[in-house]
Amino acid sequence: MGDDHHHHDHSHVPPEPALRVQALESLLTRKGLVDPGALEAIIETYSNEVGPRNGARVVAHSWVDPDYRQWLLDDATAAIAHLGYQGRQGEHMVALENTDQVHNLVVCTLCSCYPWTVLGIPPTWYKSEAYRARAVREPRAVLEEFGVHLDDNTEVRLWDSTAEIRYLVIPQRPAGTEGWSEEALADLVTRDSMVGAGVARRPDDVGGAA
Amino acid sequence: MNGAHDLGGMHGFGPVPDKADDHPHPEWYNRAMAITVVMAAWGRWNIDASRRAREDLHPAQYLRYGYYERWVDALERLMLETGLVTEEELRTSEPQGQPLTPPVNADGARGMLRRGGPTERDVATTPRFRVGDRVLTGNDHPFGHTRLPRYARGRTGVVLRHHGGHVLPDTNAHFLGENPEHLYTVQFLARDLWGNDAQEGDTVMLDLWESYLHAQ
Repeated sequence: MGDDHHHHDHSHVPPEPALRVQALESLLTRKGLVDPGALEAIIETYSNEVGPRNGARVVAHSWVDPDYRQWLLDDATAAIAHLGYQGRQGEHMVALENTDQVHNLVVCTLCSCYPWTVLGIPPTWYKSEAYRARAVREPRAVLEEFGVHLDDNTEVRLWDSTAEIRYLVIPQRPAGTEGWSEEALADLVTRDSMVGAGVARRPDDVGGAA
Repeated sequence: MNGAHDLGGMHGFGPVPDKADDHPHPEWYNRAMAITVVMAAWGRWNIDASRRAREDLHPAQYLRYGYYERWVDALERLMLETGLVTEEELRTSEPQGQPLTPPVNADGARGMLRRGGPTERDVATTPRFRVGDRVLTGNDHPFGHTRLPRYARGRTGVVLRHHGGHVLPDTNAHFLGENPEHLYTVQFLARDLWGNDAQEGDTVMLDLWESYLHAQ
């Protein structure tokens, strides 16, 4: 970064972001504002422990256990915590059930609110200007881009996450999965399907019966 | 505030990018995310203030920046605002004075993630609205932070759910107190927001605080 660069005068071109972040991390750790181990712990958590596999387990459990499904719909925060998932950006959860009649899709037009505890860090597309601008105005066109074709009779419910309520979509259980184990079912549950921007994989997509 | 962050309904951004999400992210995304998350442990700001700081970017700069660049820029300004770093330290990347002791180590950081930051609070007043009530959103354009997007101002909807009391971002973002209010999910007809291009029967839900709403 140039010697004459001034960080907070935006008439200047900011430095290359990777270098800017590297410089900031170096400053904060040497100043004792940040413990490097804390950074590693956070990165490790969202790289290996907290991600869409959590949400997939919640959905698969709701597919096989009607009582759990009802609990999830009535009090998603408690039902999800029961499976061990709770914390940052999942403090207040609501579960939305996709059916033949209703298709739920989630967006955050103002920033990028997303249920981290069950889906991890949001993907680039969810944070993109295009998705934030368009999902709320033309959800059907956006869904088509994701390969989701809806019948005109299916109502689209678009949820704009404007508060600290975080939404988890429960996709429909695919046909031909009767008797499957929860673990095999969880393999069908994609991240996008839990935002509403996709549907669960079908048995054919994963090589037939499990 | 009527900033570039209030994107709902805007045209011109083209198709949704990276839908397949099938390439690795640069490592600095992780670093930027982790630095931002862990710096909150100092307790000098809150999530609403973080959002406010990102929205404070010049609209052109907001759109020019990538997602995590907004985060880093906002973090730097919050640290300056609350005295955790100086302009000179940011400019030179050289710390001044005696090193401090970070508020959390690795275990502390994991604890932060596990606990999160619940925003539900007791509110002494009884809820002004019930599920099924018709409500009109205010047509207000505050200079400060708010969570009522432009596209849903001055519109009529129906209360779908009551979530109890929650911290009000409009004041919390400016360190003017949590002022918890009743929070409701309000359902709008897509056609009432977007006109006849929207599909009849499609609906849009927003989570809105009581002071955003008027009885209809």
